[in-house]
Amino acid sequence: MAILINRDTPILVQGFTGKIATFHSTEMIDYGSNIVGGVTPGKGGTRHLERPVFNSVHDAVSETGAEASIIFVPPAFAADSIMEAVDGGIQLCVAITDGIPAQDMLRVKRYMRRVKKERRMLLIGPNCAGVISPGKSMLGIMPGHIYKAGSIGIVSRSGTLGYEAAYQLKQVGAGVSTSVGIGGDPINGSSFRDHLERFEQDNETRVVLMIGEIGGPQEIEAAKFCRENMSKPVIGYIAGLTAPKGRRMGHAGAIVNTAGESAREKVEMLKENNVTIVPSPAQFAETVLSAAGSLAT
Amino acid sequence: MEIHEYQAKQLLGEFGVNIPPGGLAYSPEQAVYRASELGGSRWVVKAQIYSGGRGKAGGIKVCGDSHEIWDASESLLGRRLVTVQTGPAGKPIYRLYVEPAFNILSEKYFGLVLDRSRECIVAVGSAEGGMDIEELAESRPDAIIRTEIEPAVGMQMFQAKRLAYQIGFDAQDTGQAANIFLRAYRAFRDLDATMLEINPLAVTAEGGVLALDAKMTFDDNALFRHSMISEFRDKSQEDPNEMEAADRGLSYVGLEGNIGCIVNGAGLAMATMDIIKLRGGEPANFMDIGGGASPSRVAKAFRLVLSDPKVKAILVNIFAGINRCDWVAEGVIEAVRRFEPGIPVVVRLSGTNMDEGLRMIRESGLQIQSTDTLDGAVKAAVESISEKG
Repeated sequence: MAILINRDTPILVQGFTGKIATFHSTEMIDYGSNIVGGVTPGKGGTRHLERPVFNSVHDAVSETGAEASIIFVPPAFAADSIMEAVDGGIQLCVAITDGIPAQDMLRVKRYMRRVKKERRMLLIGPNCAGVISPGKSMLGIMPGHIYKAGSIGIVSRSGTLGYEAAYQLKQVGAGVSTSVGIGGDPINGSSFRDHLERFEQDNETRVVLMIGEIGGPQEIEAAKFCRENMSKPVIGYIAGLTAPKGRRMGHAGAIVNTAGESAREKVEMLKENNVTIVPSPAQFAETVLSAAGSLAT
Repeated sequence: MEIHEYQAKQLLGEFGVNIPPGGLAYSPEQAVYRASELGGSRWVVKAQIYSGGRGKAGGIKVCGDSHEIWDASESLLGRRLVTVQTGPAGKPIYRLYVEPAFNILSEKYFGLVLDRSRECIVAVGSAEGGMDIEELAESRPDAIIRTEIEPAVGMQMFQAKRLAYQIGFDAQDTGQAANIFLRAYRAFRDLDATMLEINPLAVTAEGGVLALDAKMTFDDNALFRHSMISEFRDKSQEDPNEMEAADRGLSYVGLEGNIGCIVNGAGLAMATMDIIKLRGGEPANFMDIGGGASPSRVAKAFRLVLSDPKVKAILVNIFAGINRCDWVAEGVIEAVRRFEPGIPVVVRLSGTNMDEGLRMIRESGLQIQSTDTLDGAVKAAVESISEKG
């Protein structure tokens, strides 16, 4: 099962012919992802990486039946591309782009609400690593070889910290059902809660590791969700215990502005809601394994 | 990005917000001349720095004649002002803003923020003007009124009027206040601000409702469409290392410790700082060199970290995903040869081509400790400092 993507999920690449998109599309194709084509306005009718290029998402969806898309469009135009994906009928969209203006994202999220909840597109990111269901499909920019297939679900704001966790797990022989990078921006498409909910329902996932950081309300929301709705063990880590207040730590969203946004407060909240805390980023694997017992691998 | 009070007022004025007249001064002469241009008999001389809490820190002086203006200006200019927000180093004062002093009848608070949990812009008002809003939020949360603004249509007149009534404007001032709210909202939206504060928004005897102080910060990600705001940038207010880092595409925040960090990825960089602290050390900085850590970028990162005199050891932590460890190793070897740091350097490489990268470092003949585990690297870095005492 896994969540979000599978072997057959037909994928469209928005901004397909650009340099970075070409690099990562090649990686995804090599991994086995079902990339059915791409969009670059003005290059419709040509071919790229042995796949058709279209002028618009609408054209691409009607020709290829694409259900998911991944966006490599520059920040100034990325919000527009996300809305095009919504209107074009894409169901799952991963926005890799780092640097989209926050107010653009407010408008994107408002625009997404035009569609009824049951049929609404799920947006992952922006400023994220994407999604991988190891051994099945990769819709992202992560190095596929550090993930072993298994039963641990990962949801992380940071890309590299998610890699670190997956790699530590692989070294002790533990594998991942699906790993989702939700991104480091202040306004993003989907939250920890959104993916915890999916992992809870996925019969291949037995435990979930959530990797948060300073800034924003989503870890607190997830903590409350865990107590009320998660039957599977949840293990949490929050980066930024040493980050000073009011300073932005790399990610646009990694800044402590108000109460509840510091790492300490988030760790406390997670503990209170039955989440096992990873004490040090060097101990992802051992904490997950001991919390999950024999379930994990 | 932050800007000065006088710049925020200039922007808000262009959007039709009532602001007092005022003049910028870089010297006591200019301050005195500005006051004579403005006329009147009482003035305020305000230090322009990127920080709130200037009044309490002595950065705002009320003056009754030109001698007082001269003395106030002379005492402020060139000095560093330490406020509750600046940290112990303070911010240097190179610019003053001179305004007429008003007779204030009442003071309110008005602000706009980008609310992450509600995913919209929220207008914030309080009858308790002049107070620090964070203090007020803690001590008397009921004194703060919040209004959510629907992104598709923007702030509406009924919302602005209701807020004005709720924070205690008289019937006769409500129209003016509501218009200030709507115009400030337009400025916030059109200029991609992330925070705007008018505190106090005062009812004055002479000028009706006026924005006596104004603060705005902007979304760095949206500066590509606001070159005019980039022009406002005052480099004297920024940390020189952080500025240099930003110019080189590195993300850097200076801290108080002595272990210099060079890491790829923001999350991993924060986690590296945390584990240093767990192991009993203190990080000197946050640094994210980004995903594609080319040798030249690694070299730039070394130079930046070494320019901090507090740094007594360097910890490089790279998880190479798309990147390759051998490529990073090349950058590290090059940088150590070039800069000869003279302090312990510990490198942790993991991920793609890890063995090759570690071998290159071992065989370089340089004094670099290398490992493939996070814990091992941090332990080595912390111990290298404690050994030296």
